[in-house]
Amino acid sequence: MANVPGDLKYTREHEWAKQEGDRVRVGITAYAQEQLGDVVFVELPKIGAKVAATKNFGVVESVKAVSDLFAPVSGEVVEVNGELPQKPETVNQDPYGKGWMIVVKPSNKGEWDQLLTAQQYEEFLAQGGH
Amino acid sequence: MSATPLKRTPLYQAHVKAGARMVPFGGWEMPVQYTGIIEEHRTVRAAVGLFDVSHMGEFEVEGPGALAALQRLTTNDVAALQVGQIHYSLLCYPNGTIVDDLTVYRMGDARYLLTVNAGNIDKDWAWVTEQTREVKDARWRNASEGTGLIAVQGPKAEALVGRLADRDVTRIGYYRFERGTVAEVPTLISRTGYTGEDGFELYAPADQTEKLWTALLAGGRGDGAAPIGLGARDTLRLEMKYALYGNDIDETTNALEAGLSWVVKPAKGEFTGREALEKVRAEGVRRKLIGLEMTERAVARHGYPVLKGEGAVGTVTSGSYAPSADKYIAMAYVETALAGAGTELAVEIRGQAKPARVVKTPFYPSRVKKA
Repeated sequence: MANVPGDLKYTREHEWAKQEGDRVRVGITAYAQEQLGDVVFVELPKIGAKVAATKNFGVVESVKAVSDLFAPVSGEVVEVNGELPQKPETVNQDPYGKGWMIVVKPSNKGEWDQLLTAQQYEEFLAQGGH
Repeated sequence: MSATPLKRTPLYQAHVKAGARMVPFGGWEMPVQYTGIIEEHRTVRAAVGLFDVSHMGEFEVEGPGALAALQRLTTNDVAALQVGQIHYSLLCYPNGTIVDDLTVYRMGDARYLLTVNAGNIDKDWAWVTEQTREVKDARWRNASEGTGLIAVQGPKAEALVGRLADRDVTRIGYYRFERGTVAEVPTLISRTGYTGEDGFELYAPADQTEKLWTALLAGGRGDGAAPIGLGARDTLRLEMKYALYGNDIDETTNALEAGLSWVVKPAKGEFTGREALEKVRAEGVRRKLIGLEMTERAVARHGYPVLKGEGAVGTVTSGSYAPSADKYIAMAYVETALAGAGTELAVEIRGQAKPARVVKTPFYPSRVKKA
């Protein structure tokens, strides 16, 4: 079974979200990177861009597939992982660490509670993950 | 969604046991990867990889009329084939577009074996039997179900097959074959492949294919041999600019624009598509299948438009990150005037024009043994 850290929240599109003070760090889950296979391209928004919960904020491509990235919460992008475009394989190697994608300053605090807990995400995976 | 159940090769259980990710491909349930596409790709370039290609189709044609049947059906000159020799060829429609690409083996004086794409077996079988109905004394047999096929590819392929074979496989030249045994399994040992590496394709009876597979894996363990999925098969062939039917060539592309004039031999006499292809040759092709290198990071994929300035000038047929070339590469049809190496173009990816350049191919040097 894929690694699902207990201190994170999750989307049904396999992004994780981590509360860091008044900001939220975002990446894709271990399950997501396993399903994708070797990641060869990552496209992320610029600092200052606005993202909206459940809406597309970027793209990750493996050898075989193109996948949209979906924002767990709405807000302004305040940090972007500038390493990923040069080293997309980091997403496979360390999805919850060095493979993070963006940091968002949320505009709607209520959205956090809509996200899946680790336990809910594990149940979702156990049912097939889609 | 189709209700037709997917077919399985004789190695299906072995793939599942090995932890392969199985996907539908051309009506078959096939391994796309075992450990990872890039790692598997590198195994083939550096050591030796084993591919299950048992899904491919095999037709036999035999009799005094077999040569005439094949001369009519295929674009290459079958009369030039010696017994024990193989060539690459095409089945074309009367308008010069492509029914399928295939290899033709001359098994005996009047006996041939055709290897066709998995997804085209039914279409091809109907085509070859229909088109040659008036040819006397040519008996066709569809041997696809009873035949397993394992490709052994990479710089250590010759040593691996050599250790298990009953004969000196170093004597088998490129696009030549011999019949013998490998791991005591009766095998047609063919020096062919789809990777740009030296290697063999081993045809064996379906009920002994797993024995052969297991013996090759065990015998190659010290050399780093590993099973390789369709994902790496695709990136390996793309680095060679080998066409994949359904992506780069199909019923809408003609043989000449696809760059396959080297297997179109009008001098041999009449064949289906000859007249149309002669006309195309006389008038010049409108577009050409070329190699593109993306000049910044971006993955061009099948169907993406190719641009020159604002205008669409072609279409991508295949594209990927290329692990050995370490570049983002693609194959595309572009207008003939823009097909020269060095031409600066772009590929439209999610609404953005990403710069690309026409380059000489293959994208990575071939190491097949042409001696």
